Amino acid sequence: MSSALFEFVLRLGDDRLVLGHRNSEWCGHGPILEEDIALANISLDLVGQAQLFLGLAARIENQGRDADALAYWRDEYQFRNLQMVELPRGDFGFTMVRQFLFSAWSHQFLDAVAKVGRQDLAGIAAKAFKENRYHLRHSSQWVIRLGDGTDESHRRVQAALDEAWLWTGEFFYQDDADRALAAEGIAADPEAMREPFGALVGEVLRQAQLTLPAAPMRMVGGRKGRHTEHLGHMLAEMQIVARSHPGAGW
Amino acid sequence: MATDEKKDGEWPLWEVFTQPPGGKPHEHAGSVHAADAEMALQNARDVYTRRGEAVSVWVVPSAAITASAPGDAGPFFDPGNDKPYRHPQFYKTPRGVKVF
Repeated sequence: MSSALFEFVLRLGDDRLVLGHRNSEWCGHGPILEEDIALANISLDLVGQAQLFLGLAARIENQGRDADALAYWRDEYQFRNLQMVELPRGDFGFTMVRQFLFSAWSHQFLDAVAKVGRQDLAGIAAKAFKENRYHLRHSSQWVIRLGDGTDESHRRVQAALDEAWLWTGEFFYQDDADRALAAEGIAADPEAMREPFGALVGEVLRQAQLTLPAAPMRMVGGRKGRHTEHLGHMLAEMQIVARSHPGAGW
Repeated sequence: MATDEKKDGEWPLWEVFTQPPGGKPHEHAGSVHAADAEMALQNARDVYTRRGEAVSVWVVPSAAITASAPGDAGPFFDPGNDKPYRHPQFYKTPRGVKVF
């Protein structure tokens, strides 16, 4: 049971570590100064949440690892993030659409995790929920402005949505270990969130004049360590400094 | 709303005022560019509240602010500087009157 809990918390941490890193790739390349800072702020929030979740996972595992060991010394097949968050950042529209979909789902998921019986897990989720509310507000307002904007901005975010939406099936992935944890009141059941997530997304897309694609969902695999070709390259960049100088400090 | 497009292609400028904790007044913090009020509010939050200095943020289109010109400083403000009888402290309270 404790290994199922370790996996559950690892997923929460890995999602935010990978997405935080992807957003941080905009630093210095933002469309305007204010947005450069906004994306950096969102990345810092996400990496901070990852540090807390991974730290908790390491304590649950009780093998002497810490958050840094989990972040920098695992290989890609050991990561448990959603495949959606490891996709390249694309254009600004794709980054905002991907952030919006992730934040809309996290709004439900973190709210549920913040109510579980384990205080340490619930506390981290409550803090992340508050930060996520701003990410949701920021990204949804951009999706609305870009969707209901010029011909070019509309075309770009519709294309972004056509691609990103297909990866959201993985939000609702559950295996037997998850169900066992949910029955104990420790983990949250993602199926219960499908409707409020759909309603939230639907309302923003309506204002943005965007439509959901009718294509089938991508295969899931991230929760089991099966990733796209993108994660390996990203981890190489993210982990190179730590791995080149093991044990070094600032 | 401004009707003519800015020649440099920039979004309109907004002045940002942040209120520190403790009930003090809002202070001018700087400015941001944004296309509309909601975006200006978010940009102000992202740029000027990173170090936990604010409990409230106001954004105002810069075009809505009318300011005194530096050249007006003499006629506007000098006459007030040599009239001490406009301050309460100038007056001696008569005996028997309670001073709060």
